[in-house]
Amino acid sequence: MTAVQRALPRRWPLLRSGNLHGGWPSAFWFLLPALIGFVAFYLYPAIRGVYISFTDWNLIANEGDWVGTDNYDRLLDDSRVWDSLKVTIRYTVINIVSQTILAIGIAVLMDRLTKSVVIRGIILFPWLIPNVIVAMLWVWMLDGNLGIVNEFLGWFGVDPIRFFTDTDKVIPTLAGINTWRHMGYTALLIFAGLQTIPKNLYEAAALDGATERQMFFGITMPLLRPILALVLVITIVGSLQVFDTVYVATGGFGGQPGGPANASRVIYLYIYQNAFDFNQLGYAAAISVLLVVILLAVTFVQLKLLRAGESDLS
Amino acid sequence: MRKTIWRLIAVFIALTLVAAACGNDDDDGGAGEAQPAPQATEAAEESAPAPTEAPVEAVTIEYWLWDGNQQPHYQQCADDFTAANPNINVEIVQFGWGDYWTNLTAAFASDSGPDVFTDHLARYPEFVASGVLVPLNDYAARDGVDTGAYFPGLAELWVDAEGNRYGLPKDFDTIALVMNAGHIADAGVTASDFAAAEWNPDDGGSFQELIAKLSVDANGNRGDSPDFDSSNVEVYGMGLEGNFGAFGQTTFSGFAASTGFQFLDVNPFGDSANYDDPRLAATIDWYVRMIDAGYVVPIEDVESLGGTTVFQNGSAAVMADGSWKIGTYIGADTPFDVEFAPLPTGPSGSRASMFNGLADSINRSSDNQEEAWQWVKHMASADCQDIIGGAAVVFPAIPSAADIAVASHQANGVDVTAFTVHVDEGTTFLFPITDSASQIEAIVGPAMQEILRGQADAADRLSQVADEVNSVLGS
Repeated sequence: MTAVQRALPRRWPLLRSGNLHGGWPSAFWFLLPALIGFVAFYLYPAIRGVYISFTDWNLIANEGDWVGTDNYDRLLDDSRVWDSLKVTIRYTVINIVSQTILAIGIAVLMDRLTKSVVIRGIILFPWLIPNVIVAMLWVWMLDGNLGIVNEFLGWFGVDPIRFFTDTDKVIPTLAGINTWRHMGYTALLIFAGLQTIPKNLYEAAALDGATERQMFFGITMPLLRPILALVLVITIVGSLQVFDTVYVATGGFGGQPGGPANASRVIYLYIYQNAFDFNQLGYAAAISVLLVVILLAVTFVQLKLLRAGESDLS
Repeated sequence: MRKTIWRLIAVFIALTLVAAACGNDDDDGGAGEAQPAPQATEAAEESAPAPTEAPVEAVTIEYWLWDGNQQPHYQQCADDFTAANPNINVEIVQFGWGDYWTNLTAAFASDSGPDVFTDHLARYPEFVASGVLVPLNDYAARDGVDTGAYFPGLAELWVDAEGNRYGLPKDFDTIALVMNAGHIADAGVTASDFAAAEWNPDDGGSFQELIAKLSVDANGNRGDSPDFDSSNVEVYGMGLEGNFGAFGQTTFSGFAASTGFQFLDVNPFGDSANYDDPRLAATIDWYVRMIDAGYVVPIEDVESLGGTTVFQNGSAAVMADGSWKIGTYIGADTPFDVEFAPLPTGPSGSRASMFNGLADSINRSSDNQEEAWQWVKHMASADCQDIIGGAAVVFPAIPSAADIAVASHQANGVDVTAFTVHVDEGTTFLFPITDSASQIEAIVGPAMQEILRGQADAADRLSQVADEVNSVLGS
């Protein structure tokens, strides 16, 4: 141990132990490409976004004057912001609940029933299709007049369902589409988590006469918690940021994005409208800052509640 | 172990923050007090005035348009133009309507993009307010361009409140009814019945009788029969465009205006809108009643794939649409013959069609504004407009060229006088021009969707909307 390392406080054991001794220069070079990308495409735009949120920035003219907290004052009085947050939360709840339950089910089935790589690959298929294509595909399939799904339902005497143009159904429909698209990917993450659970626990439980159901709730779910916490953080943050599916599916052919009657105007869409339709980039930036604060809070609370960093295995 | 990793991440983030903060200071250091970036760009623009190229050196003008149907014909104009002006090449770029405006916005924000672009009345006031268009007054005066050569009113649309001109007209459009020839023949209705029809928002007049007759339920009963089942309609008398809209260009505007309704107190550039006019509420109410009666397609059925698709599917007998869609209806995408009829006569005693026109504008960040002007002037001239008219894609802004378009359609066996009769008889009204069209669209559009679904009362909701719109216009 060098003198420098000994002088380091106990709180930095990794550096003290000398694990990275001599590794820092190479670590730096490995991190550099990502670091440049992070600073250029995330950090600098983020900081500039916060600055723009204090201006009346005009996107087309690409200039704006400092207006202090005007945008934030306006935001607090703007019922559309809070309406769109409600829409977003409704979407997120439906999407996350259905997607997570289905993904756990698929992951457990993959783990317990099949070792086929082909089947595991097929489950990932929807996730490989670009969002915009997925949205357009479902718009055609679910259309009230011409869609194949309603044609099929019609054979069983079901009246056409207006999936995208009924104000009550549009959000569940969009949430369902994204569940379809993402459940395979989420299942794969959970499947990876399942591999960390020692198989001998199941063998022991089986010897004691436990049923599959008891093993699922007694072994799988508790030991899956850290992975599930990570998966939930990623999917909830992603879900709260839904945009492309909504924009394409509700506005692509005939309607207005976010329609009908603003029933699917999620917060990202409202930010987009302000920035690119209304040319009010300053106000859009202020709503974005609000969204960042909300996302940070949600993530922090989730990590705390789910004790994401701890495992029950050790 | 876990805490250690977290601390490493924290150190990493802290370091990048410090690095970024330093970088940021450097960037803004020169003008930290007030508007850093824009001052710099404006200064750059002013120090480098546009037409610095020597005239003999060949330049390329980039020209954007959104209508792919028109591209080959403007290419013809461009070829002729380059033949006459060998030092100016024109490169035409086409984007679909939605991408067009997104790309244009991005181009303006980055001081790049086309030298010349097709401009729309709903958008240009926002561009003017943002200072990205070149005023054309001096060029037009210098070259003696006669703005009286166009249909009355078209040239004036492109002059702002200060008297600056930002575009030269190239075409115009009006609204008429497009009819499924098979459906109207089955009902024993003719195009001249529609041309003679009268409409009012109370009982719908003879127009309502026609669309009732054209509606057919699953049992084959027509809408004028007491047995008609409005909940199980096979063919609706009238279709609707999916985006009913704030200005209702192809939906309610012609009907509302035939009652005497006007969108703005002053057009162009009014500072108050008349969305609380009871005549508008009565018109929208009529639509709600017609949807309930099964004579007009429910808005829910056209919002997703669009009214044109539903019409082409044979689910609606007639539909109001714009002259720019003539090609779509007489083309291969529409699997049946169509006929056209003008919009019905309203309570004011005359018909009414929204009158909209496109123009070409010059981007202020163009390095070749003089050459850009030459191209704009060429497109607005009879030389180019006669070519566009001959192609029968849109109606050119110059009357003689528009006559060529009507004649070309006639030669193809298509009678489009239903669209031009509005101009000939002077029954057009201008597209409402404000500098907040997209905000008005976002306020009124969803409200219309609620009303048409029966979720809100037309008069109540529209008076709320009027307050919101007027606060946007007043601000």
